[in-house]
Amino acid sequence: MNEREILQALTQVFHDVFDDDDIVLISETTADDIDGWDSQTHVLLIVAAEQRFGIKFRTAELESLKNVGHFAQLIQTKLGGR
Amino acid sequence: MQQLSWLPAHPDLSGAIGQAKRIDDPLPRLHEAARLATFQRDFTLTARLDKLVAAGIEQHTAAARLTPLRVALLSSHTVDHLLPAIRVAGLQRRLALSLHVAPYGMYRQALLADDPALNAFAPQLVLLALDAHDAPLQLPLQAGQAEVDAAVAERVDELRLLWRRARERYAAQVVQQTLVPVAPPLFGSYEALVPASPRAVIERLNAAIRAAAREDGVLLLDLVWHAAAYGDGLAEPVRWHQAKQLVSPTLAPLYGEHLARIAAATAGLSRKCLVLDLDNTLWGGVIGDDGIDGIQLGQGSPSGEAFLAFQRYAAQLARRGVILAVCSKNDLHVAEAAFAHPEMALKRSDIAAFVANWEDKAGNLRRIASMLDIGLDSLVFVDDNPAERDIVRRELPEVAVPELPDDVANYPARIAAAGYFEAVSFTSDDAERGRSYALNAERKAAQSQATDMDGYLRGLQMVLRVNRIGAAELARTTQLINKTNQFNLTTRRYTEAEVERMASNPQAIALALRLEDKFGDNGLISVVLARPDAALGADELLIDSWLMSCRVLGRQVEAAVLEVMAEAAAAAGWRALVGEYRPSERNGMVAEHYPRLGFEQRPTAANAPADASFWRYELASRASINHHIQVQA
Repeated sequence: MNEREILQALTQVFHDVFDDDDIVLISETTADDIDGWDSQTHVLLIVAAEQRFGIKFRTAELESLKNVGHFAQLIQTKLGGR
Repeated sequence: MQQLSWLPAHPDLSGAIGQAKRIDDPLPRLHEAARLATFQRDFTLTARLDKLVAAGIEQHTAAARLTPLRVALLSSHTVDHLLPAIRVAGLQRRLALSLHVAPYGMYRQALLADDPALNAFAPQLVLLALDAHDAPLQLPLQAGQAEVDAAVAERVDELRLLWRRARERYAAQVVQQTLVPVAPPLFGSYEALVPASPRAVIERLNAAIRAAAREDGVLLLDLVWHAAAYGDGLAEPVRWHQAKQLVSPTLAPLYGEHLARIAAATAGLSRKCLVLDLDNTLWGGVIGDDGIDGIQLGQGSPSGEAFLAFQRYAAQLARRGVILAVCSKNDLHVAEAAFAHPEMALKRSDIAAFVANWEDKAGNLRRIASMLDIGLDSLVFVDDNPAERDIVRRELPEVAVPELPDDVANYPARIAAAGYFEAVSFTSDDAERGRSYALNAERKAAQSQATDMDGYLRGLQMVLRVNRIGAAELARTTQLINKTNQFNLTTRRYTEAEVERMASNPQAIALALRLEDKFGDNGLISVVLARPDAALGADELLIDSWLMSCRVLGRQVEAAVLEVMAEAAAAAGWRALVGEYRPSERNGMVAEHYPRLGFEQRPTAANAPADASFWRYELASRASINHHIQVQA
């Protein structure tokens, strides 16, 4: 998956978790930009992304997620060549 | 892994939820959400379904025929991410659950310090969702068994204090979650041989909790026993470190199921009857084609043994009070003759309603429900044929129709996993229920032979045994109160604690009634609760609840019960009994109950709903009541 495809799939994850099809993600999007993105929902996002991409985040990685771009990058690294 | 494996897959549930969001009217949106909740769903789809009903469920609970129930979750681990799944699982069982969550880790304070928020919420069910991280017992590893047992006993006493608080303050049913071990073993297989090893201690504690719960009338959410179904989703270290979640969000739908089943069972909404197809469900092959010698059943072939194992499971369910029925496309005499097969674990007499013909199964399931006097929403239909399952789901959405694995060897586990028959008690009446349905069939036969009704009733030699409700009858009466829908004048539901409270009021008349006849003991068949009420006159006694099992319909039991109640009330100095009828979807059969017994309509009490009617029975001028039942007080 390339960066664009990952962002697209990640957008779908956000739509599902927030039940809101109007969310548009860009690399710079942070929790402050999306209504209801609190620590509870953050866990749900992580878990939904793990399910969607078939990956697992390490405990340490969960602390370092700064924005959507960083999230997508981490997913791409984990997917490797897939 | 696939959770909720018994639910059918929807081709596009996400799309269907999106469609449903556009339904403006909240009531049809609620109905659509309840329908969609019966499909396979992961945690995000489940949370979206929950949002679909969030606006509207409170106002439309009555219109949607949902039973409201207030559940407080007092927990030592995070539960917020589980709430949507609990509500959706409730909705699937026609429950409108309102949930109250005490602040994380504050379960003791919430109960002991009279938390005003909890008081205002007034829970009907209190879940103590605890885990093994919470207040671990401080024992040195070399502590002996006696020391461990003392620490365990102390901890259980502390829990029992909380249980008692919840019961006394709120008359709530308490549900205790068992403690899932979270620490990996220190000793490997030797672990259990070290009394103070973490695993051994938790096991001991859970055993003590279960024993105390049995004594105290507390129900269990036995996560420890369910643990295999959760796989790695229970006590995942990363989720614990990140958010103090004991249950991973991915497994929320399963947890929601487990809790909602218990809630539904306390509200009398568990299923009652297992309806079985025959060919390729109870045996391999087609009895009409292969004949009794040709079907696969019993020892000798792996698949014959698998069918036998499934029959045995069904027979065991019958022993615990699940009614069995047959619904099959077959000639009746051919289907019945199959039960003469020597390896058959189910006997013809285990089947309370046997329907075999060539008509459609939806119609036949309706017939079974009416033969047994139970609702369609009490039925579970098991059929190996996916097309039949599909048709029944479409025609009769009230009937539960589990998706089944390809191999009958996996049927018992699938039916068990679906949790249709969750119980809140088990009494000897349950164990006898199958027999009593069979006896009923005999009584019906006797009735058709008797030339006149009076002769038939006299011939039954009925004896009504009357008991004031006390500790011995509490579990059974509460069970009957909560599961009786048809012959139930007010359909008020009560917890054991509430029944106990009412029965201990010296002014109340709270009776448990049992009926015997020449065919055997029918067990507990009727309950009446009568009490003074501020909205009535000071000399009037309100019949708060009057309900009866449909097994004994048409036998003048209600007349005998009125006689008993009237005598007791007159002796206590009351001038009149006041009967109340509150119509529900299911209790139309008793709409004329009070006028039939000679009650006169009186004005509706001030605080009663508009559709309730009130009836007065003058005790001084009462006529003698005609029935053929010998009463033993």
